[in-house]
Amino acid sequence: MAAESLKCRECSATYPLDARYVCERCFGPLEVAYASLDGTDAESLRRRIQAGPQSIWRYADFLPLATPPAQFGRDSARLGLPAGCTPLIRADRLAERIGFDGELWVKNDAANPTHSFKDRVVSVASARAAELGFEVLACASTGNLANAVAAQAAALGLESYVFIPHDLEEQKILGTGVYGTNLVKVRGNYDDVNRLCVELSGEKEGWAFVNVNMRPYYAEGSKTISFEIAEELGWETPDRIVAPIASGSLFTKIAKGFQEWLDCGLITGSVPIMNGAQAAGCSPVATAFAAGSDVCRPVKPDTIAKSLAIGNPADGPYALDLARTTAGGIDAVTDDEIRHGIKLLAETTGVFTETAGGVTTATLAKLAERGDLVSGERVVLVITGEGLKTLDAVRGTFESYEVDPNYASFEQHVTQAVEV
Amino acid sequence: MAVTVKLPTQLRATIGGASSVEATGATVAEVLDGVYAEHPELRDRIADESGELRRFVNVYVGGEDIRFLEGLATPVADNGELQILPAVAGG
Repeated sequence: MAAESLKCRECSATYPLDARYVCERCFGPLEVAYASLDGTDAESLRRRIQAGPQSIWRYADFLPLATPPAQFGRDSARLGLPAGCTPLIRADRLAERIGFDGELWVKNDAANPTHSFKDRVVSVASARAAELGFEVLACASTGNLANAVAAQAAALGLESYVFIPHDLEEQKILGTGVYGTNLVKVRGNYDDVNRLCVELSGEKEGWAFVNVNMRPYYAEGSKTISFEIAEELGWETPDRIVAPIASGSLFTKIAKGFQEWLDCGLITGSVPIMNGAQAAGCSPVATAFAAGSDVCRPVKPDTIAKSLAIGNPADGPYALDLARTTAGGIDAVTDDEIRHGIKLLAETTGVFTETAGGVTTATLAKLAERGDLVSGERVVLVITGEGLKTLDAVRGTFESYEVDPNYASFEQHVTQAVEV
Repeated sequence: MAVTVKLPTQLRATIGGASSVEATGATVAEVLDGVYAEHPELRDRIADESGELRRFVNVYVGGEDIRFLEGLATPVADNGELQILPAVAGG
């Protein structure tokens, strides 16, 4: 499935496959358009995927590269960090706790090289950037992308510039700077960082901003989450997806991934019901959904879910459209619900997620409580990042025992307390 | 009442490559009208038929998105700066 052009989602104008992201006629977003799949033999396609490497490059037929990176042997080292092929975990105890009588799965994308789904999109963007001759990687980040770009640039031997809001979680700052990137803390929120990077991308010709001028390629990387889910479920679609919404790019590309595979006959089923999750302190898309509006009014974020704190979501209108056309929805949860969501997931699945995953888990619990989940349906909860990156969110949420190193002290302080 | 209007790269080729233009006006709407008077070809790139900004166009005054201010009625100071940027980025 070869990439053919960049195409405007609004007015369908087409452009060559270079580093551009905005339609020059109407400012609409550009997306990668592929050659038609008519006549493709699904069985041979499936075999090619199954024979591929344990990374997103097994889906190279569906990614926008002229020459997919070498998958095996010595050349594979030039791929950089291998992203994807993260576990899909059955979550029966979580289902039981939230009162859901169906089949619940957790897609744990914290199991990526820098512990978030951003390694997928950065893999694709950086590979395409290399094809186009760029030698500098850059990004505007709420934290996870910063980790992924800095690490991928280190792995590929590229220079990098990473722009973040100045008040990010310390774990995300440390987990970026360690890779030797040029780390730029911007005095402002993410939307300010993004504006600066849009301006810079127009001035710095040799720079590949993965989520600005490389955004059409970058965004395609998110489809690999749905490819993996479908493959892990035995080439079937789930009935429902619950996933976080920041810019709305991941949310919409998950659906696009399923649609592409349905179109070429690789899987059976239909595009899942799509439920989006936002933090109440930054919920422009959930607010527009509730109001029946197709315009997302920008907001100033104020939430512990900093990785989702985008007040001016680029793909907001498309996320709204997708939630409505699939009979899904978009909910917002409070910071307390987010903290509870992190604990709920950890206690029932052994997966420790960051605040964004707390948002997603709390939204799932809300859907169950409201009776929106259908008995017997198959639901996948998309967990996008790692709890060790947002430790403040769990500080003070549990007690521990302190004892002297002897039996009596243990009996006194632990056994008696546990029995009470 | 001259205001500097900074243009994104996507609009520069249309007007011969300049990265900014000068216009006069006391509000965003007046400044943009001034820009359109000088460069009519920019109008339908930035605005729809009703004169509202296209949905993927962001306009900033003093670094702030005008949707947080008074929209097209946002005042612009003399010698001030208005910046036009594409909305589709990030995330």
